[in-house]
Amino acid sequence: MVTSILPLRVSDAVVKRRKKRLLGPVSLDVTAEGFTIIMGPNGSGKTTLLRVLHGLERLSSGQVSWTVPLADAQIRQAFVFQMPIMMRRSVRDNLAYPLLVHGQGKTAAYQAAEIWADRVGLADALDTPAPQLSGGEKQKLALARALIREPEIVFLDEPCANLDGRATREIEAILKDAQAAGTRILMSTHDVGQAKRLADDVVFLMHGSIIEHTPAKAFFTGPKTPQATALLQGDIVE
Amino acid sequence: MIRIFAVIFTVLGSAAWAESLKLAVTTSFHNSGLSDILLPAIKEDTDIDVQLLVVGTGQALRLGEAGDVDAILVHSRAAEEAFVAAGYGTRRREIMYNDFVMIGPADDPARIGEAGTAADALALIAQAQATFVSRGDDSGTHKKELSLWDASGATRGGDWYRPVGAGMGAALNTAAGMDAYILADRASWLNFGNKAGLDLLFAGDPALFNQYAYIPVNPGRHAHVKADLAIALEDWLTSDRAKELIDNYMINGETLFTFNATNPS
Amino acid sequence: MGEIWEGLSAGFWLVVTLDADLVEITLRSLQVTLSAVVIASVIGLPFGAFLAIRRFRHRRATIAVLNALMGLPPVVVGLVVYLLLSRSGPFGVLGLLFTPTAMIIAQVIIITPLIASIAHQAIRDIWAEYHDLLISLSTSKRQRIKTLLWDGRRALITASLAGFGRGIGEVGAIMIVGGNIDNATRVLTTAIALETGKGDFALALGLGFVLIALAIAVNLAIHTIGRTESEGKW
Ligand SMILES: Nc1ncnc2c1ncn2[C@@H]1O[C@H](COP(=O)(O)OP(=O)(O)OP(=O)(O)O)[C@@H](O)[C@H]1O
Ligand SMILES: [Mg+2]
Repeated sequence: MVTSILPLRVSDAVVKRRKKRLLGPVSLDVTAEGFTIIMGPNGSGKTTLLRVLHGLERLSSGQVSWTVPLADAQIRQAFVFQMPIMMRRSVRDNLAYPLLVHGQGKTAAYQAAEIWADRVGLADALDTPAPQLSGGEKQKLALARALIREPEIVFLDEPCANLDGRATREIEAILKDAQAAGTRILMSTHDVGQAKRLADDVVFLMHGSIIEHTPAKAFFTGPKTPQATALLQGDIVE
Repeated sequence: MIRIFAVIFTVLGSAAWAESLKLAVTTSFHNSGLSDILLPAIKEDTDIDVQLLVVGTGQALRLGEAGDVDAILVHSRAAEEAFVAAGYGTRRREIMYNDFVMIGPADDPARIGEAGTAADALALIAQAQATFVSRGDDSGTHKKELSLWDASGATRGGDWYRPVGAGMGAALNTAAGMDAYILADRASWLNFGNKAGLDLLFAGDPALFNQYAYIPVNPGRHAHVKADLAIALEDWLTSDRAKELIDNYMINGETLFTFNATNPS
Repeated sequence: MGEIWEGLSAGFWLVVTLDADLVEITLRSLQVTLSAVVIASVIGLPFGAFLAIRRFRHRRATIAVLNALMGLPPVVVGLVVYLLLSRSGPFGVLGLLFTPTAMIIAQVIIITPLIASIAHQAIRDIWAEYHDLLISLSTSKRQRIKTLLWDGRRALITASLAGFGRGIGEVGAIMIVGGNIDNATRVLTTAIALETGKGDFALALGLGFVLIALAIAVNLAIHTIGRTESEGKW
């Protein structure tokens, strides 16, 4: 096997836009294995952090480094956006697209598309134009499209935000399968229950800074900061 | 990209006719409908496709100067003679004439029907400040109108004088819409479909005669013009066959044109 | 009212009897405008996409100029093309004045900015939508452009159709550079102007209805082709 792109090392990363500091400085080590949950109130910088890790956000200072050159690392990761981006094509073509642009043959790509549509419950919608899907179906499609190339690491930005309980459980099962198959997962969520079910470790963000990064057990039993305590108690975090 | 264009241009360019001649004519000539009779006969007798560019006299002369047409057929003597004198045309050949008529609202508020001459008629219009539509497009008809105004000694330019800068038909439409007076050539008037409340009020003054002349563009200035075809067309236009067709062309039982070409000496 | 009615019936009879002149004029209208649309699309669509995707120094100025060119008055274009193609102009030797080619050139100049501008807006919108995804999927520049053009094809067809609409109904420029020569450069719009000039409103209106019907037919045809090729709308 080729060398892993992990660990991913973030040191003193800062994102500023129009003089305003959106994130950082943050430092974070993403080890080769595990399921990291990112929590924090709206606007705390979860999306920004995930985008920084994936290389979508220009850094004002600091570094993000993989064990391999950036271009090699980039093709071995995937991202599920908070607002699913639906290409103006059928579900089938959306799913096959990442495979096709990376040189996979058509037959194999469309075969994989059908398998993944089935796994996320979109088998009946294969020929539906993706923009016509419901909000939850779009999220499922985005997830399947991210996982179809079996990335080494996948970033998920609130992938279950619009899903009902059953769909959430199905997605969680798929993510656990992926984790078992060796995929490193970083995911943001507002759902404490989901965090408890999935997390190996938790990153807690406030105002663009990581104020807590601890193993899941420690975070849920004895949060170190009052904000995290409030979150877990169901209070409003200011 | 450039090559694609080159190909397109050559294909379309060569699609132009082999034996065609471009003739700039005045709107009044074309609106008379005579060209619909003459062109097929020309094609039959000489095998020339005459492509008519229907424009005002001013533009016809410009087209000839620029070499964009092979010959012109217009009616504005002074301008034609200047054109030939400047070397743009080889010679001026008179072909035929028709006449101008004065059109106006049927109840004739300016009473031009009683005028003695065309100039008097215009003077009456100016006096009554009755609405008058002028071609205002530097055409032969427009030039004729201006010379008549000059002869009348009347001042024009008030609210009632409306230069429209349009062809004969469009100007007639405007006059019909405004119930105005207008100077038109008889052929255009007879062929005009939208007479509304207008009527022919004054005609017959020799000053209103309208001589058409044919001028081939000088190949000495523009080597590409089809001088041979232009001469062949001139021969045809001055032939007995043309005389017969022109003299016998009628609208509503009225003769429009009188052939008066002299055979070449 | 009566005149409109007469125009309708005149148009109706011209069409049902397949009047030879009408057929010829209509075909020439189509030939000129479709050629112009094809050429203008070949230039305008990729140029619009290029403007949407690539950043370069005078990009904003270029877009502003493009949008201004959209409003070019056709008669001015006609006049300039006329002066360029006139025998006494710089391209006089080509002998193109008063030919269908000259009309195509004028129409290309008139509709290219329109097509490019609509294509630019359409591709810009899709690019804004797809940007993060296409970057995230590590697509190459070529793949991005291909994807945007393909997924934007409906909008691009619309751009070309808008160009067709502007071209087929245009009279000012082609009157000047084509000369409205019977059997050579007469098209529907110049024929309408001519018949109006003769005061023959019924025939002019009849031709007008044929023109409108033609524009609708071409639009419908292209939309039908667009839909059968992949179902659904977005
Ligand atoms: N391009 C940008 N320009 C300026 N400010 C931005 C930009 N993108 C995000 N922000 C701001 O940065 C802050 C962090 O945004 P981010 O999207 O990372 O929050 P979040 O934690 O994901 O919130 P949510 O839970 O609502 O998704 C917010 O205050 C947001 O308004
Ligand atoms: Mg967010």
